[in-house]
This record gives sequence, C-alpha cells and structure tokens, in this order.
Amino acid sequence: MKLIKIDQQNWNTGIEKAKSAYRVFGPVKEKNDYEFKVLGTNEMPDLNFRNTRLSPKSIIYPQSQVMFTYSIDETKDDCRIMKEVENVTSPMAIIGVRPCDALSFPIVRRNFDTPEYQDTYWIKAYEATTFVGLACNSACDTCFCTSAGTGPFGEKGLDVLIIKDGDDFYTKIITPKGEAFAESAGWGKKEQTDITAKIKELKTAAEASVSSTVSTDKLKNKTILDLYDAPFWEEEAFACINCGTCTYVCPTCWCFDVQDETHGKSGIRMRNWDSCMFPLFTHHASGHNPRNNKHERVRQRFMHKLKYYVDKYDSGIQCVGCGRCIRLCPVNIDIRKICDKMNNFDTESCKCEATSS
Amino acid sequence: MSKPNPRLIKMKEYTEKIREIAKRLLNDGIVDMVIGFRKGTLPMMNQPHIATCTDSADELMWDSNCGLNLANYVTDRKEKIGIVAKGCDSRNLVTHVIENKIKRDQLYIIGIPCSGMIDHHKITAMFDTDITSVKESGESITISGNDFSKKLIKQDVLCENCAACTHRNPVEYDELVADLVEEQTDVDPYESVTEIESMDAEEKWNYFEDLISPCIRCYACRNACPLCYCPTCFVDESTPQWVGKSQDPIDVRTFHLLRAFHCAGRCTDCGACERVCPMGIKIREFTKKLNKDCLELYGWEAGLSLDERPPLDTFKTDDPDEFIK
Amino acid sequence: MQNPYLPYPVRIDEIITETEDKSLKTFKFVFLNASDEDKFTYESGQFGELSIAGLGEIPIGIASSPVEKGFIKFTVFKTGKVTSYLHAMKEGDIMGVRGPLGHPFPWETLEGKNIVIIGGGFAFTTLRSSIISILDPANRSKFKDIHVIYGARAPGMLLYKEELAEWAQRDDINMNITVDGTDDPDWKYLTGFVPTITEQKAPPGNDDTYAIICGPPIMIKFTQPVLDNLGYSHDNIIMSLENRMKCGIGICGRCNIGKEFVCKDGPVFTLSQLNNMPKEY
Repeated sequence: MKLIKIDQQNWNTGIEKAKSAYRVFGPVKEKNDYEFKVLGTNEMPDLNFRNTRLSPKSIIYPQSQVMFTYSIDETKDDCRIMKEVENVTSPMAIIGVRPCDALSFPIVRRNFDTPEYQDTYWIKAYEATTFVGLACNSACDTCFCTSAGTGPFGEKGLDVLIIKDGDDFYTKIITPKGEAFAESAGWGKKEQTDITAKIKELKTAAEASVSSTVSTDKLKNKTILDLYDAPFWEEEAFACINCGTCTYVCPTCWCFDVQDETHGKSGIRMRNWDSCMFPLFTHHASGHNPRNNKHERVRQRFMHKLKYYVDKYDSGIQCVGCGRCIRLCPVNIDIRKICDKMNNFDTESCKCEATSS
Repeated sequence: MSKPNPRLIKMKEYTEKIREIAKRLLNDGIVDMVIGFRKGTLPMMNQPHIATCTDSADELMWDSNCGLNLANYVTDRKEKIGIVAKGCDSRNLVTHVIENKIKRDQLYIIGIPCSGMIDHHKITAMFDTDITSVKESGESITISGNDFSKKLIKQDVLCENCAACTHRNPVEYDELVADLVEEQTDVDPYESVTEIESMDAEEKWNYFEDLISPCIRCYACRNACPLCYCPTCFVDESTPQWVGKSQDPIDVRTFHLLRAFHCAGRCTDCGACERVCPMGIKIREFTKKLNKDCLELYGWEAGLSLDERPPLDTFKTDDPDEFIK
Repeated sequence: MQNPYLPYPVRIDEIITETEDKSLKTFKFVFLNASDEDKFTYESGQFGELSIAGLGEIPIGIASSPVEKGFIKFTVFKTGKVTSYLHAMKEGDIMGVRGPLGHPFPWETLEGKNIVIIGGGFAFTTLRSSIISILDPANRSKFKDIHVIYGARAPGMLLYKEELAEWAQRDDINMNITVDGTDDPDWKYLTGFVPTITEQKAPPGNDDTYAIICGPPIMIKFTQPVLDNLGYSHDNIIMSLENRMKCGIGICGRCNIGKEFVCKDGPVFTLSQLNNMPKEY
C-alpha cells in the first residue's frame, strides 16, 4: 500500500495520460443527474457528485449484452450452431467509484465466479477493470454503508482510493492493478506518511456523518422459514407497483434473462437484466407461477438480499448501503425499515419493531 | 369571502378529516379497508397505505406530496374499499368503473379538493446537498438541509400537470374532506404540445428520441398508471413476442408510443408516470398530445362522468367523421 | 475458462413419438464433435438445456443412461414456444445441448440399498435413465431390491412401452405398471392411481430402503402420506423438482427456492431438505 499526494494539475494530466492505456470511465453530468460515461479527450471526471443515479455495474455487466451469434440459413454448414462473441476486454478504469459501489463487485463476483461454473463474460470484463475509488467526506441521509460491511473510506473492491481534500488528492494505492494505473498516469511513487493523520481525521469525520444505520446482527440466527412466514410481508408489499427500478439501480442485483432475436437469416443470443419484481419472472410454461402474488415477489427480493445471501456465503448482506433504491423507489418502500423488521422479528411473540430510521 | 382561498388550505385539517372518516367507515363496517397515504421515510415521499383497523387508520395523512394515483390499487379487487381521491384520481376511478375494473358500489370515495402536488424532482435539483425536511405552510414551502433553509412559493414548484390542472376537485365522491376549491381557468395544459406540433418531422423525431434515450425499461410508468391493467402487457407477451427486451431504440420507442396510444381517451394527466420515472423522463409529452387530440376531435376528457362512454369505445350513427360512411 | 453458456452442437439422430396424443417425443442426439461427448459425462438424475438457435433453451431431464454410449436421449413434452418448434424438427437437424447440469440422484448413498422408484406421467424420463443404469450388469449387484411403480392416465400415454414390457419380464426388478383407467381388454398390468398402487405394492420403509419420486405435484401430494404410513423417513424420500430456469448453472438467479438454486443445488432434494425450504414451487 502506497500513500501519495497529487495536486489538481497532476490529477488532470494523469487522467488524460491514463486514457492511452485504459478506456477511462468517470462520473459525468447528463441531463439532470450523474452517470458513469467513457471520458473523451480532455474530458475530466466530474467529482462534484454525491453518487451516480445508476450504479457502475453496467460497465462490467451491461444491461443488454450479446453472448452469441448464429445463422439460420439452412444452406450454410454452421446453421443453428452458436458462435461466441469476441468480448472487448481491453483494460478499463473506472474513476470515482464510491466505496459502497466498489464493495458491490466482490459481492456480485461470488455469483458469477463459482468453483463449478465461471461466467466468462462477467469475469473477463471485471478482471480487465481497475477501480479508482473516491472516498466520501460526508454521507447522504440515505447512506448506510457502515451497516453493510464498508464505510465512506472503505477499500474493499478498490485498487486505488482517492481522498479529496480541497484541491489535494490523497491517493492510496492498494493493489498491483492500482500501481499499474498510477504508473500509466505518471504519478510519483514517493511515499508520503505525513498525510496519514490527515486522512484519519477526514475518515473519522466522514464515518460520524453516516446518520442512517440498520441492524443486521440477528439475521443469520433466524431460520429461513421463520422469516418467510412472517406476518408483515403483505402490509409492507402493499404499495409496491412491481416495477424494476430497485433491481435495476441496485449495484448488487444481478438477475438476467436470456433471449434469442433473429432478423432475417441471422440472429443473436443475448442477455438482458431481468427483475424478480416482474410478475412473469417465475412463470412456468404450464401457466403455474410460484410467485403469483405481489407480496411473494417483494418478499423474495428482501429475503434474497438479507437472508438467503447471508446464509449461502456467510459474508454479510447482499447490500452495500448505497441508498439508490430508497431514493428512487416510486412508492417509498425502504429497505432499511424492512431490514430492521426482519432483524428484530420475534417469532415467539409474533412482534416486530422497526428500530431505526 | 365567497369561496375559500385554495392557498390557505391546511394540510393538517385534511389529515385529521381523512383519519376521522376512515375510522368511522371501518368501525361501522361500511368498508373492509381504506386506501390512502402514510408518511414516508424521506422528505417529499409518502407511501400508499392500506388501513384495516383504527390503529392503521391513524397513520393516514395528506400533504402536497400525495401525487401517486391511488386508483391503481383498486383494480379487480373484490372488497368494499374506502379510497382517498383528488380530482385526477376520482376521474380514474370513474374510468375504472366504466371499464368494469371495479364496481361503483364497492367504493366509498373520500374526495380531496386539491391545490396541487409539489414536484420533488424539481425541488431536489435546486439544491446541492441533502434536503432533510420540507414543511408546508399555506402558500409557502420551507426546504431545509443541514446548513440551509429556503422558503419557496408552492405555486412555483407545483408539478407541471398540477399547475395547469382544470379538474382539481373530485368529480365523483361520497364525502369531501373540505370545501371545494376554485377550478383554474386561465391555464393551458397543452402548451408544450403546441410547441412540439410546430416542429418539423425531423425535429420532432429528434426531440422524442432524446426524450426517451435514458429509458431503462423498468416499467415504473406503466405500473404506476391505473389504466395499465392488462393481465399480460404487450411488451411481456412471448408467444408471439411483439417487442424486444433489449435497449434497442426501436423497442424502447415501440413501448412508449404504443402505451401512449393504449391510454388515448382514458388518461387524466395525473402525472404519476412522470413522478415515478427513476430517470426523470417527461413521459407525459406522449400522453398529453393524445389527450389534446381527443379534446379537439371528440370534445372528450376522460373520467368526468359515470354516464358517458369514451368516444374510442363507442360510435354514433351521426358521427361527423368520414370513416363511418 | 470454458464458456458455460455455449451449447455443444448435436444432430437429431432419431425421433420417436411416445404417446398416442403425440404430445411427447423422445429425441436421440449425437454430438457433432466427439470431444464434446467426452465432456458430457453424466449420471442419472441430471438434466441438460436443449438449445435451439432463434428460439431459446429448455431444461429437460436426461432420459438416457450413461451406460448407453454414443448418444443422449431426452423426452420432451410439447407445451411452449421452444418445445413446439422442437417437435416439428426432423431427423438430421442441428441444435445444441448444454450440460450435464444439476445434481444426480445420490447414487453413492443408494449403493447397498433397496430402491423404490415411483413415477407418474412424463416425469419418468430420468427414472428411465436410473433403471437402465441400475440394471446394467456392471451395476446391478451394487443395489438390493428394486421396485418400480409407474403410472399414466391411459396405456397410450405411457412412455418407453417396449422397455417397460422388457423389464416386466425380468426377475431382478419388480415392475408395477399402472394406468388410471382403461377400456383395453388386452391390458395386462395394473389399474389404479399411483398413490394407491404404491400403498399396495411398495415395500415397508426402513433405513435400507429409499424412495425416488418424480411426478406431477398432485401425484406427489397423495403419494407422500402413503410413504409416511409405510415408515419411510423424510431423509430416505428423494424428489426431483422443476422450476422456471434460464441459465441452468445457478447464475441468472431465476430458479431459487430459498437459498437453493433448483438448477445447481438441485434438482434432486430429499424431503427433509424440502421441509426446511419455503414452499415456493
């Protein structure tokens, strides 16, 4: 781990230099909000943002991705034989990833990279990416990263962490990938230890500014069936309109659908983001649907994030506390409220109380 | 002092009246449930709420952040339902009754004379830091954060559809929570439509392409709309599949254009679609045009009376249009 | 890293219409590349994703047994877009198969045990695979008594009729073939619902006896109490679930029941396991 200090000038020239070795993504103001976009020549990441509206997951895992191509021309030898699409895996660097979003990548990796099967598309894109994070000097009202296994200065999932202090960029180079990025940006390798105290001061202030917390300590001890059969799901699900907003903006949601689309004599097999909120998600060809009712789907989402994932991987909840679903849910279904309800659910007295806001 | 000044309406009084009516309806067994709003966990956000007992009825409230259309929650229900409805919501309830999605005698409509909802997208975009509280007081709204406090005039930050609304009072109700408000007369709900109509074909194409380019196919607009109740929406149909599921602009365009046409003659411009879009797309640019066309061609505005069938639903032998001959 | 979404190209070598209403056909596939056949090493109970370019994929249990070399067989019920297209395909046509996927029946645990195989309707496919594997001379001595109870609505709806008749002649397997009802005077087997026949013919449950059940939910609902009464413990009742699937490899997130993916952690589960899972199927 190396600590260096970069000034505004060096930052600008460094980012520009890095573009010759990486496709550089950064936050850019689009219409009325920020999104991660590829930075063109002389285009700088705009770091005056709280967080982007959509998460950076779409850089590694696009909403619509072609997996294979095929021909249905019966005169051809390769008729109906699937051909892999050559994935673009040139190096990418994402500048300005918040620690919450950064943590989402190792969380999601557990799904796409398993001992038995490796999702080549996701893994190749992930391994080609260097994550240059930006610490949060102050938290939003909807951030609860400290309850979700990271914090405003969290380093999980990052190769480099930038802490901005006025025009100074305190830079922590965490991994070899981070070193390679710093190298290509031409940033000095001088160790600077006199900023350690300063960083600690900023970190303490940032962590104190996280006002929103949720309790997750008792989730593991409850049984799946106790939580599944809890009586509060129908009431909590009433307002839900079963759109896909929460799942699409969430950095740790990963469900997808695979579809073939043919035009004329050739076609593609692609995958598109899908959502467990949609009524047809679990619909069988026979017409049977195990989650025919709205509250069953709403229950699935929260059980998956706050219980099934917890039990399956024993490494915390499948949520990073970024707050996007809270800000963007059109009917104000709040994962913090539901998490507290689940965590404090008492099967004996059938009582559950939400404790935090 | 002939008519009450709408700007002096106190939200607190509305809240108390709604609770009182709800408790009465539930205790007397007139309804099985009352659908309204309860306070949300964020400023300017309220959550649709279903009250089935006195305790949960005490959570009901009203303020200028109740923009979602609650008619969306009664579709195909079998119970007796008390429902809080402002002008636009009541028109959608009328449309629901006409379209056989609910029976009139199942509903006890708690009418809300409305002075408009505030636009939380617009207000949030005005400030750089978090808004921690929003307080209404008569015609002003005070927005506060950790290190700022600003007073705005409610009229200036109303949702676009509310600012030009000509049906603020409920058209059908069983009981009102307050006196009726004055309907606005000097407003033009179709101002932007006229602007777009004056563009040439290429400009229009580019305008709409740009409008829907951020769409992520979340379907919040469709799901928040009380009119969209098809058991399987045309975009979800798979045998045969009409519309692709990817981000192909052709498919995104098809979804929005076709959905707007499915709402033609039925849309009440409640604004729920724009309110819920996570990408801030001004979805109403599609439906407003069709509303204007219906008004000009048929003299029709949706949901004003239980006794009239919509023009696209029926025909008259003396129809002035050529097609019938 | 092998791309787990890439199907092995296969050619349809033979199509047999199994049932009188033509709703079920057995497809015999031959791999275009011999090396793919080596990679497709499977055990009875597993499934594959049949892939037709332009249409999509469907998860179907493998009906052939690993002791049958040179091909793989699947019996497919015509119900939707992909299956309808598949039913209209011809011998010689090309398509794709991904697999083998999922967990097989627990063959190691079953060694040295009595096995009661109970199947209904067209859920019998992986059970065919199991029976052929068990009856193979190299395997038969590993297991003790084998009982099979298999029922369909009518004689014309039974799958694998010739093989059923062959097995009925053998003395190393107890076949109980039944139909719900029939007017056929030549019908020489049993008449009655599967749960009823199970009650009459299944051996009592004990530590050394396991039941494998595959069938429609209604059959399972009425067969399970019969097994309970016969003394089968829930650890010894093995079932195979279905759910809507896409990737078949536990990544797309669609088929989960609680924390298990039916495609990857299943589709085979014991009843004890199912009792601790949400009833979301």
